[in-house]
Order: sequence, then structure tokens, then C-alpha cells
Amino acid sequence: MIEKADQIFVLLLHWLVGFLPASWQHVASTILCVATIVLLYPALFAIAVLLERKGLGRMQNRYGPNRVGPFGILQPVADGIKSLTKEDIVPFRADALVHFIAPLVLVVAVFMGFAVMPMGRNMVLVDMDASLLFFFAMGASTELSVFMAGWSSRNKYSLLGAMRAVAQMISYEVPLLLSSVVIVMMTGSLSLVKMVEAQNQYTWGLPHWYVFTPWGLAGFVMFVIASMAETNRSPFDLPEGESEIVAGYFTEYSGFKFALFFLGEYVGMFGIAGLGTTLFLGGWSAPLAALSVVPSWIWFFGKVMLWICFFIWVRGTLPRLRQDQLMNFAWKFVLPMTLVNLVVAALWRFMGEGLLRWIVCTAIVVVAYAAMGRVEMRRERLGPRSYRYAE
Amino acid sequence: MISATPLAGYLLIAALLFAIGLAGALTRRNAILVLIGIELMLNAANLNLIAFWRFGEHPEALTGLMFAIFSIAVAAAEAAVGLGLVISIHRHLRTADLDQINRMKG
Amino acid sequence: MSFVFYVVAALTLAGALSAVLLKNLVHCALAVSIAFAGLALFFLQLDAEFVGFAQFLVYVGAVAILVVFAILLTRGSETPKKTEIFSRTWLTGLAVAGAIFAVPAWAVLQAAPWMIHTTEKPAVTVQEIGNALMGRYVLPLEIVALLLTAALIGAVIVAMHEKEGRNS
Repeated sequence: MIEKADQIFVLLLHWLVGFLPASWQHVASTILCVATIVLLYPALFAIAVLLERKGLGRMQNRYGPNRVGPFGILQPVADGIKSLTKEDIVPFRADALVHFIAPLVLVVAVFMGFAVMPMGRNMVLVDMDASLLFFFAMGASTELSVFMAGWSSRNKYSLLGAMRAVAQMISYEVPLLLSSVVIVMMTGSLSLVKMVEAQNQYTWGLPHWYVFTPWGLAGFVMFVIASMAETNRSPFDLPEGESEIVAGYFTEYSGFKFALFFLGEYVGMFGIAGLGTTLFLGGWSAPLAALSVVPSWIWFFGKVMLWICFFIWVRGTLPRLRQDQLMNFAWKFVLPMTLVNLVVAALWRFMGEGLLRWIVCTAIVVVAYAAMGRVEMRRERLGPRSYRYAE
Repeated sequence: MISATPLAGYLLIAALLFAIGLAGALTRRNAILVLIGIELMLNAANLNLIAFWRFGEHPEALTGLMFAIFSIAVAAAEAAVGLGLVISIHRHLRTADLDQINRMKG
Repeated sequence: MSFVFYVVAALTLAGALSAVLLKNLVHCALAVSIAFAGLALFFLQLDAEFVGFAQFLVYVGAVAILVVFAILLTRGSETPKKTEIFSRTWLTGLAVAGAIFAVPAWAVLQAAPWMIHTTEKPAVTVQEIGNALMGRYVLPLEIVALLLTAALIGAVIVAMHEKEGRNS
């Protein structure tokens, strides 16, 4: 029974596909899986938007949406209908083709990432050997779509927002990749499925998640920071800073195209949260051996939603960074820390079992963080801004 | 007529890409477009390497694959330095037009 | 020669051609990223998963973005005048490129089909690639690492704006 509940979606798929002739089964199951992913994440998107608006409202001492349906839970439906029926405005001087393609590229790229995400035991669309690389390759193409959106609008706020976004995403992609490399070093594989399997073991009922090791924790912290920047979430939401550049690269988007951008942003957030969960938080494995009876997919989606709640909490708490602070933080703090983390992970790998490696690795991580933090903090006097244009 | 081997098809595509890249590099006036042409040529060479690896005698030796990986890394370095140079030249001469950049002295 | 091959080939060549022919530089950069993506698809079709994804990550994710940045920083995003697109010696360039295409194309078409027999998929895992990089190819790897570091520093220094008044 527990087994059945765990594998319910896999069994359902097999049952549905069983009606078809054998030669069609493979194609049909792929189409069904893709359709499920494409329908599931927009549903989660609606939930997350509602959660964000309600949660932020609470943090700011207001109610948030409360008119549509009981407690405002139908607000996403109303928003969806509104954005579908609104006029689609394209600026007169805009580059119509690029303007049209940009949101499509974004949405396609963010959805492609889910093809390799293990969302539960045996629940992965394609189990390929280089799935982590595939995910990052897809994530990289979102930058181009952001640029396309900003440039094609022929609006200086759009262009500024796009340049900010691209610079930020490029800068934080490096630490994002490097903080995942430690996991690759430990697992000896680029396959996300193998990574989850390596973490799905228990000693004394406690899981072997990578976040519970010194290098894993350090990598996790860096990954969270980089993922927030990569998805343009507050406090790294300069690309769409309302107080400075209207709405950044999607200033000139309206109606359905704007909705696509909004969707793409949130689905990208789910993607990066899912990746972080898979890399550091054990993917679909239960947090305690005793809790393994709960279906694996509940754990995966629970962790992803928890991650989203954390993002919302941070958004409600921290102020927005300045552009130079953002870049300094990426290149002078996060990147060196991830590099130190690589060394720590290598040490951990070759010191063998025992208490010694815990002490040594923890010491290196703590010393590095404290030293870097001190140096950075002391240098960070708030002086006049100095900009350097590449003229 | 294109012969039946898949290898020949890949080689022809690579040759065509190389020629397009070369034509772009030789005929366009903007320095950035020349760099784009060079990148296309490098990519065409990569396609050749991978095609020969795949249809060669010993795919398990990984030689072509490794060559392509290194070539990608070198191309990335080349693009970074090349574009840095273009920006630097633009700052000095206020143009990226190669027909106007014809002095040895900045 | 499957259907997929022709589709990908058409995509790649269309991207490359429009990258070379279009007037607006930003359009060229976007078109060339289509060509890069098409080449990544070619690599996937040739069972080189790792290289295909690496190609996508490096070219679409980094090189295309770099090109776009350079275009915007050199004020190249406005469409140039018609006379300023192609060089004065474009005919010579075109002839050279055509000749360079003709020679390998002729060679390929004349060559005896000596490689028909290998059609089975080579089973190369990422782990094998990693082992090869750390074993047999460790020296090239180190050299590439050095080259990338040098390129990083060099690009920053070349593009960095020197403050007025200080040397030069």
C-alpha cells in the first residue's frame, strides 16, 4: 500500500499507456509526462503567487488580496482572466519579431529544465548522464531571452533593466555552478537521479543529505544566495526595481506576454528550488528514516514549496542592494567562498572516515567565512558611488 | 550528389558553415561581426571533430571529443579577449568599423 | 540522413547565413546564437551529449551574451547605413570563401565511403570523459586552465577604462 502510494503516478501512467498498442507507448508516455509538467507548474505558480501576495501582505501589516472567493484564494484565476483579455500593446518603434519571441524563449527554456528533475522515486522524464549540465545549459538561455525583451522594446528603462539583469545573471551563474560542483565531486556523477540516490541513506535514522556536512552547508548557503540572484528575486531584484526603472526589461509588455514573463519567472524559481533541493536537501528522500512511508513526491514538492516560502520571507525582510554592492558581493565574496569550498570538499574526500575531517573541514569553512566577512565588512564603507562606463 | 554516408553530410554542413563564417569575416565592416564569423568557423571545425569521432574507427578513445572540448574552451577565451579589444579600440577611435581602423598609431 | 538531420541543418545554416547578412548587429548576434544552438543539436545527434550541452552553455549562455554586450557598449545597436555594412573588398572575400568551400566539398564528395560500418552508438559516459580529462589529457587541461585565467585577466585589463590624468 505504501509502495502503491509512492508510485501512484508511475502506476497511473503505465495503466493509461497500457490501452495503446506497444509501438505507441513510448511516445504516448512522453507526451503525457510533458503535459503533466506543463500543467502542474502553472498550477503551483498560481498557488505561489497567492502565497506571496498574502504572505507579503501579512509582513507589511495589510491584508493582501481578499476579495475574490473565500479569503481571496481565487485571485490567481481573476488575474489570469484579466491578463488574457487585456490588449496586447507593442510599442511603435519596437522590434516586433524579437519582442514576440522573447517571452516564448524564456518559458520554453525554464520548462525544459524540468525534463531532468527527479520529482519522486522513478519520477523523472529523462534520466541522462549529464542532466546537471543540461539544466544549467537551459538556464543559460534565459539570459538571452531577457536581453531580447529589453532590447526589442526600444525603451531605455527596458534596456537598462535588461543590461542589469544579464550582468547579474552572468555574475551569479559562476558561483551557482561552482557551488554545485562540490556535489558532483562527491557523487562522482552529473546525473541528478544518482545524486538523490546517494543522499537517500540513513544512519541512526538521520539522512545523509549533503547539507549536513561542512562543505555541503557552505555550498548550500552560496547556492541559495546565487539562486535568489539568478531568479531576480529580492534583495537582488534590481533588474525590475520599480523605484528606479519602472519594471525593468518587461516594462513594455502587457497582457498575455506579460503573463508569460511572470510565469517564466516563477517557473524558473521552481526549477532552481527543485535543483537546490535535489543537490543539497536530498531531493525526494524523507528527512527521517521513519518518515519514509510518506510518498516521495510529497517530500519533493514540500521541500520546493518550503524553499519558495523562504524566498518570500527574504523578500519581505531585506532591502534591495545597489548595483555596485551586488557585483562586489558576487565577485569578491560568493565566488571566493565557493572556490574555498571546492578545496574543503576535496580534503573531505581524501581524509577518510572519522572525526578529524569534520573538525578540519568545519574549521577551514568557518575561518574562511569569518575572515572574508570581516575584510568585506571593513571595506564596505558607504561612500559616494563611482561608476565606470565602458565608453 | 550527396553520397549515402552520414559522415559526408556532416562534413558538407561543416564546410558550408566554415565558408559562411569566412565570408562574414572577410566581407563585413564591423569588428564584432568579424569575431562572430571567426566563432562560426571554429564551430564548424568542432562539428568536423565530433563527426570524425563518431564515425571513426575508435570512438572509445575519445580523442575527437576531447579536442572539441578544448576547442570550445579556447574559443571562449578568444571571444572574451577579442571583444575586450574591440571595446578598447572603440574607446580610442570612436568606431568599430574596420575600414576606418587603418592606422598603426592610436 | 534522417529527417531530423535536414531540419537541424536548415536551422543552423539559416542562423549562420542571417548572422552574416543581416544589417542590425543585435539581430546578427541573435541569429548566430540560433546557429550555435543548432550545432549543439548536431552534437547531441552525434551522441556527444556532454559536448552538446557544453556547447550550449558556453556559446548561447556566455559567448552570445558577451557579443551582445560588446555591441551595446560600442553603440552598434543602431542599424548602419547601407554603404557601411560590407567592406569595399567584399567581392574578393566572397570569392575566397567560395573557393575555400569548394575544395573540401569536392574532396568529401569524391572520397570513397570508407566509414559506413560504424553505426552503433558509442557508449561514452561523462565519468569516462572526466577520467580521460584527469588522466591522459591532464596536461592540455592544465594549459587550458592557464589560458582561461590569462584570458580573463587580459580581457579585464584591455577593456578597463584608465582614469584620466593617471599615466597616458
